[in-house]
Amino acid sequence: MKAFTYERAKDPVGAARAVASQSGAKFLAGGTNLLDLMKLQIETPVHLVDVQDIGLDKIEPTADGGLRIGALVTNTDLASDRRVRRDYGVLSRAIVAGASGQLRNKATTAGNLLQRTRCPYFYDTNMPCNKRKPGSGCSAIGGFSRQLAVIGSSDHCIATNPSDMAVGLRVLDATVETVKPDGSTRAIPIAEFHPLPGDTPHIETVLTPGELITGVTLPKPIGGFHHYEKVRDRASYAFALVSVAAVIHKDGSGRVALGGVAHKPWRVEAAEAAMPRGAKDVAGRLLAGARPMPDNAFKIPLAERTLAAAIDQGKAA
Amino acid sequence: MSDTNDLGISRRGVLASGAATAVIAAAPGAAATADPGRAAPPTMAVSFKVNGEAHALTVDTRTTLLDALREHLHLTGTKKGCDHGQCGACTVLVNGTRINSCLSLALQHEGDEVTTIEGLGTPDRLHPMQAAFVKHDGYQCGYCTPGQICSAVAMLDEIKRGVPSHVQSDVTARPSLTNAELRERMSGNICRCGAYSNIAEAITEVAGAGA
Repeated sequence: MKAFTYERAKDPVGAARAVASQSGAKFLAGGTNLLDLMKLQIETPVHLVDVQDIGLDKIEPTADGGLRIGALVTNTDLASDRRVRRDYGVLSRAIVAGASGQLRNKATTAGNLLQRTRCPYFYDTNMPCNKRKPGSGCSAIGGFSRQLAVIGSSDHCIATNPSDMAVGLRVLDATVETVKPDGSTRAIPIAEFHPLPGDTPHIETVLTPGELITGVTLPKPIGGFHHYEKVRDRASYAFALVSVAAVIHKDGSGRVALGGVAHKPWRVEAAEAAMPRGAKDVAGRLLAGARPMPDNAFKIPLAERTLAAAIDQGKAA
Repeated sequence: MSDTNDLGISRRGVLASGAATAVIAAAPGAAATADPGRAAPPTMAVSFKVNGEAHALTVDTRTTLLDALREHLHLTGTKKGCDHGQCGACTVLVNGTRINSCLSLALQHEGDEVTTIEGLGTPDRLHPMQAAFVKHDGYQCGYCTPGQICSAVAMLDEIKRGVPSHVQSDVTARPSLTNAELRERMSGNICRCGAYSNIAEAITEVAGAGA
């Protein structure tokens, strides 16, 4: 690990200013992803601003009947919240499908949204990676790509976003709230939070330097049957090959988003019109334009079958 | 008295100094502290309680909670397995909650109460989970055992508090300790020897006794 200095911020704007004022400074929340990457010298911050004392650890109702989740609410506390389990079950299920009990106890809502890809070439500092070292090339294209993206990828990067939580948030139309070093705030729809890789795969969010996530808001509950189906190489504690977050209504309509297939949670609202006609129609529209590698072409039929399993669960409920 | 004892060197001491030499040889950053042309790495003070006892340390900012416990406080019951949050050998309780101590800086724990395997029980007064692991032979080499036991104790508390799991068919219902639940909730602790079925029996016995 490279040497760094450390401070604890007292409030959100102070934290944003502290990070913005020093090149190479980073926020530290739970640390479960950042410290791992620092040990590998993939992340080499020169200064850490620990945000654990700035509040933002509550889940509160919003004026329009939704919930506001503080940025520092742990994954365990979010999945366990009575209102989340009751009204936003897909989010609770997505969270407990990811990581381990120990990690969920420390990992935060904001940190989960900012976690970096688990592409093996991103982790291997001996190999070119456009995400880790812009312009160096992509080792995954033509390499071992079994775990990697099949849609929305580019000639520069085929990494996936590893988060389960974010797939649940995407299907719920969550909004990410931030504060900038000048004290101004903004609300970013989750759909726009993670850009596609294009020719700048090292840019993984739309956040500007020093901009701090303060919370995530959920619109008022939409009802329906909530399900998260995750397919992976182990029964537990593994990243998704394919996952499906679904909210399905009694009339067969609903919403779906996929994890494990793209650089961001993958949802195509227009595909959802086909929900009553079944998984094949939905998957065809959802994955139109997919460009899989030979190693991961299996994800296309796997996504359709996982979607079918989720829809069947909805019918049985 | 053996020659080894005359020299005041224990097997553990030889291993530790060998490891330290290897680290210095492999990490130019560590050796650089002796280089007058480069600044020494930053250090900071931190205070927390471990097993009820208050400690005040000054550490290199990079020091993980795991390394603070093992290398500064010499509580070597907590093990370093992968050092990347993948194996669970470093699991300790912080303010009653289980975490991977390898993925946490010591500085993040100012004012916290840490419980390690040494604080759960002693050889003379075993914690019920420790006794159950002995009874059911819940290990072979024993390296993952402190993490397994700390994790299991906290996991049972999570079930009591209603923390949901991936294998629950209804996340709004109160969880119960079935074998499937236990295996899912303990999936962050890997046992290379594969003593899983005995570990499951030990935990099940303790959960039954506590219910």
